[in-house]
Order: sequence, then C-alpha cells, then structure tokens
Amino acid sequence: MSESATHAVVDSVARNSYGRLIAFLAARSGDVAAAEDALGDAFVAALRRWPTEGVPEKPEAWLLHVARNRLIDAARHNQVRKSSEQSLQLIAEEAATLAATNEPFPDERLKLLFVCAHPAIEVAARTPLMLQTVLGIDAARIASAFLVSPAAMGQRLVRAKTKIRDAGIPFRVPESAEWNDRLTFVLDAIYAAYTTGWENLMETTSTHHALAEDAITIGRTLVQLMPAEPEARGLLALMLYCESRSAARYANDSEFVPLDKQDTARWSQTMIDEAENHLLIAASFKRMGRYQLEAAIQSIHANRAKSGRIDWQEILLLYEGLVQFAPSIGSLVGRAVAFAQSGKPAAGLAALEQIPPDRVIDYQPYWAARGHLLELLNRKHEAQTAFTRAASLTDDPALREHLFKRADSNSNET
Amino acid sequence: MKYALLVHQPKEYFDRRQDQTAITAGRAYGEALQAAGVFVGGAGLQSPKTATTVSVRDGKRQVHDGPYAETKEFLAGFGIIDVPNLDAALEWAARHPAAADSAVEVRPLLGSHFVVGNKVS
Repeated sequence: MSESATHAVVDSVARNSYGRLIAFLAARSGDVAAAEDALGDAFVAALRRWPTEGVPEKPEAWLLHVARNRLIDAARHNQVRKSSEQSLQLIAEEAATLAATNEPFPDERLKLLFVCAHPAIEVAARTPLMLQTVLGIDAARIASAFLVSPAAMGQRLVRAKTKIRDAGIPFRVPESAEWNDRLTFVLDAIYAAYTTGWENLMETTSTHHALAEDAITIGRTLVQLMPAEPEARGLLALMLYCESRSAARYANDSEFVPLDKQDTARWSQTMIDEAENHLLIAASFKRMGRYQLEAAIQSIHANRAKSGRIDWQEILLLYEGLVQFAPSIGSLVGRAVAFAQSGKPAAGLAALEQIPPDRVIDYQPYWAARGHLLELLNRKHEAQTAFTRAASLTDDPALREHLFKRADSNSNET
Repeated sequence: MKYALLVHQPKEYFDRRQDQTAITAGRAYGEALQAAGVFVGGAGLQSPKTATTVSVRDGKRQVHDGPYAETKEFLAGFGIIDVPNLDAALEWAARHPAAADSAVEVRPLLGSHFVVGNKVS
C-alpha cells in the first residue's frame, strides 16, 4: 500500500476512533496522559509499518495492542505502582480478545466525558479536556479558540490530567443519586464549547466557529451514548437551532441581523428538523430540564419560518419555567424581553431591575435588552445610554455597530 | 487508594467541639468508617492554641508557640481512609459532620512512600 493511501487510512481511523481508543485505554489505566502518549506512538508505528505490512484487518485492535505495549514499557520505566501493572495486564488480555473476535471494543467515551467534567476538575479545564480527549483536537487549536496562549492551555490540560491520575478520579458512570448533578457538568462543558464558538461566528473560517461544530459532534455522541436522557437531546436540539441560523446572522457578510429580523430562507431547515425531532423524543420522557426549555424557546423562533410570526406569549411561559430550573442572568434577561414582546414592557423593565446590578455590570445582553425596553417605554435618553453601554461590552464588530445604531436612533436629534 | 480527609475549621468552632451533639456526631462518623472497613487512622485535634511548631535550620532547632500559619481556618482533625477512588473518598468527606458548616479537604496519600500502621500502603 502506498504511503499516501496509508495516511488516508490512518487519518480515517483517527477521525472515527480516536476518542474511543483513548477512552478505552484511559478507563483501564486511570491515566489520560499516558493513554494519549501510547496511542500517539501507536499511530506513528502504523504510519511506519502499514505501507509495507499492509493495513491490518482490524486497525483499532492493532493500535490498541501497540499502545498497551507502550503503556507497559512506560510503566516499567517509571516503576509505577503494582495496581496499574495489573490493569495493564487486563488491557493486554482484552486487546488480544478483541483482535481474535468480531466484538467491537467497548465504548468507554461516556465514562471519559464524566471524568472530563468531574467536579474535582477545574471548571476552565473541563471543556478543553473534553475537546482534546474525545475529539483529539490539539491543544494549540483549543487555546486559540479560548483566547489563551498555547502554553497556558497546555499547562491547564496537563494539570487536569495529572489530577485525574494522582487523585484517583474513577472512570465510571455516576449512579442515579448523583446523576443529575454530574450530567449537568457534562452538558454545561459541551455547551460552553458551543457558545465559545458561537460568539465568534462572524469569522466563519476561524477555529472559533469550528469549535461550535465540534461541540455539536460531542452533543451527537452524547445522545448516541445516552439515548434515553432527555436533557442530552435538549442540549443537542438547542445547539442545532442556533447553528441552523449561522448563515442568517449577518447580512452582506458584516451586518448584524437580530434573530427576529433574520431572513428565514437562510436558515438550515435540515438542522431545524433534526432539532425538532430530538426535542420531540426528549419530551416523550416527560422529564423537563433547562436545556429542553431553552431548546423549546428556540423552536418557537424557528417556527417563524412556517407561521411568519413569533408566539411571544408561549416564549414567556417557557422562560417562566426556565428561571425555575436555571435562574441564570441569561434566562432572567430573556424573560424580561419576553414580557416586553408580549406587550408588557413595563413588567419587562421591572423584571430586569430585579436582577442584582453587580451581576450585570459587564453582561452585554442585559444592556441591550434594557435599551430595547426603555425604547419601547419611550425613555429615549436612558435607552441611548443603555445601548451605548451594550455596544462597549461586545467584541463582535458587527454587533457593536448594530448596537451603536440603535443608540443613535434614540438620540435627541432624531 | 488511601486518602487523607483534612478538616479545616474557623477558630470559633474549636470552642464548640465539646458540645454533646458534636461529640455524638463525631463518634458516630468514626464508627461508620470502621464498620465500612475503610478507616485507617485519624483523630480530632485540640485547639490551635495548644500547638507548637518546630523547624530545623542550619542544624538549629527552632521552636515557636502556635500553629504553622495564623489563618482564619485551622486544621481541626484528620482521617485516613482506604477506598477505591476519589468519588468514594468524596462521599465519605461529605458525610463528615464538619462538612456541613466547615470544609473537608480530600488528598490522596503519596502512595508507596507513606507508611500507615505497620503495613506499607
């Protein structure tokens, strides 16, 4: 087999199986960093040997076999404790069985996701850790998406992996008593990857936007791993609704278009349909949660493509439910806007003013919402101030311009 | 794996520890650890006022009155438990009576370098 053909096979195995291979090795050794090193060596060996020896019938089993040899070498070299030698022996036996039978190797990615979002792991490390271990994204790219230096991101990831190994964080799926809390950490870490990507949507070719797609990939994996968990489907639906509008968010490539003004012909109906489907299945479990509610709100916006209108009354009801589950600033601001859009701007403003001021000092959506509500109440001067404040709090040039325009439209001259 | 549960309490809590309820809760917790077969060792500590700190510098012993660091919280007790993993250790830490109003720090022991009782961990 030619070298380029081998490269193509290796690439495809890496793309489709990287997370599963890491999860399998790490779940048995308890050491993510060692699993990554060993698998990296195995891929290098594949590139060297497959062109002459041919691609093995089961590339994954071959890679696991080589990787566990590397793990054993490393363990001997570092004289790690006896217990890990036993677990490595276990990997060896399992790898041999996998090579000999037609069984696919066990999928341990769910355990890996729960480890990445373990409460003992620093919050800022959870999302990067997930992206690196489950999708195999390199640290430099993750660093650029999170706007930190590659060195700082590298250190953050190393610290987290060391903690997993040394503190003995177990690779296990939590039991029902702790399920909801632990699942929330996983969902939040995935959603953080999505929003980090989404906020920088304008640069469609940038690593930022790729991150939003990566988050959806992990979201799909999660649904596949826990098909009966409604919140996993809720999260995936939420991300798909938002993603369906990526082409409509800017007109003429640089002009910000607010959601209710977007050209629905530019929405991806395929993504909307996929989202609707997940939300429907989620609802059948009759276990409401934050992500399902957020997705349901987006579903009503999506419905404008068909009905031509937005049912703000329904959105308000959903926000009332949402603030029960997750009284975040985001949901409180959304609820205030829903009040205003259902014809109750004064109630909306009152709801906004209930939010503690110190929590919204630098929260751009609050100031934009405030400007909008004051404008509806014809308090033009205050509206102008609020929009100006909002404009100064965004890093998206198109949104900044849009907010300054709204500030201007409330100035005394007009 | 062996973990240390380190109980950190504010100064004023040390006066309260002779309360009958505190004593009962502490004893029950210790018994639960023993019953589960995870208890390796541990004890509550007397007030930081009773502490004396020693260091040796240039061959000279320096002794000073008081705990290692004057902070708002002091080490009030420690336990060593032997459980399969961090989740199990956190579970026990959360059950510690002091977890309800103070904090329990969970730290893995330095594996083979630490001797507990007469067996090397």
